[in-house]
Amino acid sequence: MSGNNQADIQEHIKVYLTIFGALAVLTILTVMASYLDVSSSEAIFLALTIATIKASLVAGYFMHLITEKQTIVWILILTFFFFLVLMLLPLITATDQTGV
Amino acid sequence: MQVPYVVDERPDTGLINSKLAIWIFLASEVMLFGGLFSAYVFLRMAAPEGDFAYWGSKLSIPMATINTLVLITSSVTVVLSWASLKLKDFEKYKLYMGLTLLCASIFLVIKYFEYTGKFHHGIYPSSSTFMGIYFTLTGLHGLHIIGGMIVMGYMWLPMGSKLWDTDPDHFTNRVETAGLYWHFVDLVWIFLFPILYLL
Repeated sequence: MSGNNQADIQEHIKVYLTIFGALAVLTILTVMASYLDVSSSEAIFLALTIATIKASLVAGYFMHLITEKQTIVWILILTFFFFLVLMLLPLITATDQTGV
Repeated sequence: MQVPYVVDERPDTGLINSKLAIWIFLASEVMLFGGLFSAYVFLRMAAPEGDFAYWGSKLSIPMATINTLVLITSSVTVVLSWASLKLKDFEKYKLYMGLTLLCASIFLVIKYFEYTGKFHHGIYPSSSTFMGIYFTLTGLHGLHIIGGMIVMGYMWLPMGSKLWDTDPDHFTNRVETAGLYWHFVDLVWIFLFPILYLL
């Protein structure tokens, strides 16, 4: 993380506690949102959006990704691409007409 | 033998070796859990209408919500333990790392009650497709919690933390590396919680 002197670390600690508060609020929000009377696709969209925001906060601030070296960012971009391929694999079944 | 570049950054990568290594390891972990998340999507798409929602409703949302908050808290305490070392405050490090281990233990105890509660009602991984993927995903995640506890427990106990006396920078980097792994375990749970309990 950029700036590792004592004053910077004290600043970081304030950021960590703010992020902690945000994560706690988002957790309560996602539980409340699950009781909303919406369609299942809307519920999935809402839950995954909140989860993605929470994950970004953890990765960005607790894991210091926002200030991390490019090498790591590129490794993660590559990983994300392959992760996306994995997630899209089940869609093959939607176009597979075998046995219909 | 000393592992090279655990304190000074390697000139070509601009990183210490342990940090690059843990990120590559975490990338492989993304694919491990990604495969199972993909399986979840596949099974959900193939399941009869309402089947996943029916079995999912048998899980305890309050317990999982508390566990989510416990894991988030542990993520903060582990990063604060690293920050304490940066501030040269070893006592605070011990406190925050101890709290992290406490949170991890609470998480496992709650998980234990969740699992045994299901078994008492005759619900096992073989009961349904949903329960199969539920126990697989949470079981693998639970194993990651145990793995993290072993590493962080070692660094909390005197046998692991004595490195602080001889090479504080090396020890601080070890804590940061373990912390990165721990945040990832938290990150996986952030997605497991809604897809298993809420949807």
